[in-house]
Amino acid sequence: MATIISNRRVAEGIYVIHAAGRFEAKAGQFFMVRGWESYPLLSRPLSVYDQNEHGVKFLYKVAGEGTERLSRMRAGEELTLLGPLGNGFPAAEGRTALVGGGIGIAPLFYTARHLEQADLYLGYSVEVYEEQEFRSIGHPVTINCGGRVLDGIDFDEYDTIFVCGPEPMLRAAQLKSNLSSGRAHVYLSLENRMACGIGACLVCSVGCEQGRKKACSEGPVFRAEEVVLA
Amino acid sequence: MIETNLDTTCHIGEVTFKNPVVMASGTFGFGREYGRVYDLSKLGGISGKGITLHPRPGNPGIRVYETPSGMLNSVGLENPGIQTFLQEECLFWETLDTVRIVNLGGGTIQDYIEGARLIDEDSNRRSAAGRRAVDMIELNISCPNVKAGGMAYGIKTSIAREVVREVRAATTLPLMVKLSPNAEDIADMAQMCEQEGAEAVSLINTVSGMKIDVHRRRSVFENLYAGLSGPAIKPIALRMVHQVCQRVSIPVVGMGGISCAEDLIEFVMAGAEAVQIGTYNFVNVQAGADLAAGVERFMAEEGIASLSEIRGIL
Repeated sequence: MATIISNRRVAEGIYVIHAAGRFEAKAGQFFMVRGWESYPLLSRPLSVYDQNEHGVKFLYKVAGEGTERLSRMRAGEELTLLGPLGNGFPAAEGRTALVGGGIGIAPLFYTARHLEQADLYLGYSVEVYEEQEFRSIGHPVTINCGGRVLDGIDFDEYDTIFVCGPEPMLRAAQLKSNLSSGRAHVYLSLENRMACGIGACLVCSVGCEQGRKKACSEGPVFRAEEVVLA
Repeated sequence: MIETNLDTTCHIGEVTFKNPVVMASGTFGFGREYGRVYDLSKLGGISGKGITLHPRPGNPGIRVYETPSGMLNSVGLENPGIQTFLQEECLFWETLDTVRIVNLGGGTIQDYIEGARLIDEDSNRRSAAGRRAVDMIELNISCPNVKAGGMAYGIKTSIAREVVREVRAATTLPLMVKLSPNAEDIADMAQMCEQEGAEAVSLINTVSGMKIDVHRRRSVFENLYAGLSGPAIKPIALRMVHQVCQRVSIPVVGMGGISCAEDLIEFVMAGAEAVQIGTYNFVNVQAGADLAAGVERFMAEEGIASLSEIRGIL
């Protein structure tokens, strides 16, 4: 059990929850989170937004009953956290871009904090949130609201690109990667629905060039060229 | 304090389970992942992820959707095939101190027979070398998520009879047949399994269900329907287990929405020899260990020395 330190609304339907405890998540990993006993049934996979010696933070969007419940929780209440889970992002080499779309920006904050240099590209559909937090890291930040954040990025200027966002954006990143010179190693972080979170149930499995892989335990980060998006 | 002289054992044929807590197929992989969380020897048994003669990629599209107190799944029997199971997973299963059950699915009757034969041969070879890895076959004639075979055999008793008879003839391993709640008459189905020489039946598999995305105006699942599990189906499962227990004298393994020791005890009181735990593994990663301890706690609190005292009392 992890006690909630704060649960802050940062935009319409977007919250940052901070839970106490010592965790050793790597950038891009996630936790299965629940703030209730038996209903809703399943835990919610949330990627690590930030982590320090006091606890772990999740930036999340209210998308259904679980996250709605989470948004109503207050400091002092308890979360059940299973994790850290998943592979996380690999070590970034050379010039690096971090690209997030919508709530897909969540895993990029902690990732960016641990990189010496990186260009951040954050895409929003309606309302911009957590901009100051991202800028405070000290890396260049490009904000796109209402457009397509990927359009402003030349993949050939980078050696490593991490992308997290909705599936159409991931497909666009895949296409861009295919059309590029191949200089950049492009990695996609998937947001599949999950049940067990640890690789047993196969509800999150994704088609890859080497057969099916589990998004929870073999992902959520995949090389752009290995994963087949529907 | 939990007493240690409680008798929690269960029996199917000559196989003894140390307690009634068996992990349900499809929710537990082959046990490796949960084995990193708790000691699998605390479990009565494990029914592995359903395997088929040939590897299957499973269903495309969304595979899980949460519903009130339940979930729909449409995995579609994604599995590495029997050969890979026998070569890789059985090495792990050899090391386990719990009852190991292979869940066998199929497309055609020939696939079932060939699958059972391969498992049987491998089992004989391993047993001769003192490296047993499989204690029982659970025959899956009830998966709702595969178009050919699967539940097709699980609906009509006359069709299922042929599969059960042929698989029974193909293996000397204890045989448990997993039944579908979508069967025309599940008690008839169970009786047929007993007549054909199965050592046990397990029930219920998931209840066929549906979810429509009203904005996209189509089913959430590419396979149209999906299988409902979790607490939502527990009353149905309990009633069916009770009905089947009235009809057969072979052991019945009950499952469907069990989420606490008291739920498990209900199934035993309805007549189940043991139970399987599925969806609850996703709610509580230590489900197996907690339920095994919970059964002992319940027995100690209620002054029950052996589960046989309460089994089938209704």
